[in-house]
Amino acid sequence: MATQVIMPQLGESVVEGTVSRWLKREGETVQAFEPLLEVSTDKVDTEVPAAASGVVLKIIVREGQTVERGTLLAWIGEPGEVTDDHAPPVRGHGDHHAADTPIPAAVSQMTAPQAAYTGHVTPVVARMAAQHQLDLAQIAGSGRDGRVTKKDVEAYLAAQGQPAARTPSAYAADLPPWERPGSGDLFKSTLEDQTPDEMTAHASPNQRVHPVEPIPQVSEGELVALTPMRRAIADHMVTSRRTSPHVTTVFEIDMTAALHHRATHRAAFSQQGVNLTLTAYFVMAAVDGLRAVPALNARWTDDGIYLLRPIHIGMAVALDHGLIVPVIKHAGDLNLLGTARTVNDLAARARTKALKPDEVQGGTFSITNHGVSGSLFATPIINQPQVGIMGVGMMEKRVKVIDDMIAIRPCAYVSLTFDHRVIDGAAGDSFLLSVKNRLENWT
Amino acid sequence: MTSITLIEALRQAMDEEMARDPRVFITGEDVGKRGGVFRATQGLYDKYGASRVIDSPLAELSIVAVGIGAALAELRPICEIQFADFIHPAFNQIVNEAAKLYYRSNGQWRVPLVIRAPYGGGVSGALYHSQSVEAFFAHVPGLKIVIPSTPYDAKGLLKSAVRDPNPVLFFEPKRGYRSIKGEVPDDTEYTVPIGPARIAREGRDVSVFAYGMMAHAAAAAAETVSRTDGLDVEVIDLRTLLPIDKTAVLSSVEKTGRALIVYEDNRTMGYGAEIAAIIAEDGFELLDAPVRRLAGPDVPAVPFAPHMQEYFMLNANKIVTAIRDLAAY
Repeated sequence: MATQVIMPQLGESVVEGTVSRWLKREGETVQAFEPLLEVSTDKVDTEVPAAASGVVLKIIVREGQTVERGTLLAWIGEPGEVTDDHAPPVRGHGDHHAADTPIPAAVSQMTAPQAAYTGHVTPVVARMAAQHQLDLAQIAGSGRDGRVTKKDVEAYLAAQGQPAARTPSAYAADLPPWERPGSGDLFKSTLEDQTPDEMTAHASPNQRVHPVEPIPQVSEGELVALTPMRRAIADHMVTSRRTSPHVTTVFEIDMTAALHHRATHRAAFSQQGVNLTLTAYFVMAAVDGLRAVPALNARWTDDGIYLLRPIHIGMAVALDHGLIVPVIKHAGDLNLLGTARTVNDLAARARTKALKPDEVQGGTFSITNHGVSGSLFATPIINQPQVGIMGVGMMEKRVKVIDDMIAIRPCAYVSLTFDHRVIDGAAGDSFLLSVKNRLENWT
Repeated sequence: MTSITLIEALRQAMDEEMARDPRVFITGEDVGKRGGVFRATQGLYDKYGASRVIDSPLAELSIVAVGIGAALAELRPICEIQFADFIHPAFNQIVNEAAKLYYRSNGQWRVPLVIRAPYGGGVSGALYHSQSVEAFFAHVPGLKIVIPSTPYDAKGLLKSAVRDPNPVLFFEPKRGYRSIKGEVPDDTEYTVPIGPARIAREGRDVSVFAYGMMAHAAAAAAETVSRTDGLDVEVIDLRTLLPIDKTAVLSSVEKTGRALIVYEDNRTMGYGAEIAAIIAEDGFELLDAPVRRLAGPDVPAVPFAPHMQEYFMLNANKIVTAIRDLAAY
């Protein structure tokens, strides 16, 4: 049976489209969902995928023609199949009507009758087939997808000269009084009126009427159970994206000064038992940014923006099967040594799962160092109820133009993703400018 | 035969029953001097006096409680709840007392009580003047529930309700109070029995089950698809929701093999679910298509904004679409 290709509705108010190009010619083979033609409207240009696999039997609307949505464009089917170009087009899903507009006559017979139906059989058809010992494959179906309907069976029986036996109505029979309308006696015992005959009156041999083809399902693969951490991350991410309108802004930062500072102080820190990592520099720079834009160290409430006095910075640490965000408490009160010591301690204990519950709570802002896995910049999701998250990309040497000379500088993209309910783009850029100024002028 | 409005049919029924039986009396908010907010009892206060048309306090629990007490004392109360939306304070009286007394007293006490309440949306009444409450009570054995859709049925069924020895909840589609007109016999003794459904339109292709305003919308939809699609749709106006006329339901499905149940209330656990269950249980071998429900969306209330109310409410066009879809299965 051939399948219709219909001009789709390409937008809420778009009622027509122009066939700009056919990607398949008549007689060519096409796979379901493969692009079949290009359609343009005053709003969009798009490809229309094939509704079915088969051969392009006939192209009805030529390139350059503009037609209303719902118009029959072409037929796809088996080679040599005959098409009925006057068949009314099948309605698309997007085709709905306002309540007060008249609805034109629809198509009650969606497909042409066909023989050898192999699909679902409704109870009444099964019963009639059993009663009259019919082979349903011999009956042309007029229902959806060629399903054999009760009327088809009745028509078949009439054509065979066998009138459909009228089963006497079983429902006007002996109903118990509380189900007999109008008796007014609602409270009779339910037991005494039941007879075994009634229970078995309709039982018929379990005759198999027609084999039903199983519906093929994709089942290759395996199911990975959700860990509690996976589930918690999923919940947090979905909640956050639903709660805050996320906006991300990105600055590129020249890390020369910070790297120089680290190189000159590394040994001294090491003597105090602290490995001086760049993360400590980013945490301190973020503190500067938060002081410049206090609304980023805050919480949205319906009554107003609640500015938080202490600065507690969460630091995302990747684990084997997830991530955890330990919190550097009172980050604003720490110097570089204290920051580096805390960062190292929290990260080490995060990886050995030795964090205490309150060490992963109470953050007022977060940093994620996605650059460690090679990412240049990213658009992280805000850790609710915080207002922002800073992302640090991979540091690499880049060619920069400085004072009209080409220089090689270690650079990193640093992003800020913020809740646009609380601050606007300019404030987000002020934050990153503070971060940049601090890192590029570290002394 | 005279053509009158739905509200006039109800008023006549009460007038005639009060004239026939001195035990019949009316109580409710504003039913007396004001004649009811919808004027259902207009003129009855002047005709029968303050002792038989009694203005109540603004307390639905007490309206029904007074009715139950009076019914136990051999009177025939008609209690009016001004809007079905306000029946909930009386839920305990209806469900725990009125519905159970006959059973609880082993048949020694009867509660011949009628509770009238306008129900349903589409009247720009918003949250508290649009609700459909029939499903709450249809779950309760011991109650009868009637929802008429025509003046003929409204008058005949209300008279039967007054004469019935059981508690009857009589829900009136207020949207049709003045918009629905129809012929009513001049004979004051005609009644319509509580129980049987009405075949509003005979057909062979699809059965549509509805009540109240939806019976009218379904009939209009049936006319449309008859004209445009050549579909022959049977419309059953259930009109008594409890007890359920299973015979009518199953006989119609036996004829058509396809059932669409339309109710204005929100979908989940609505009255139509029970009709669908009856068809699935007792009519399985009759079915040529899945049983379908068309109902209001599962939101807390009928919205006030006109376009939102339009979205919530069913209408003939929505029913037409559902009929076509079911007929094409």
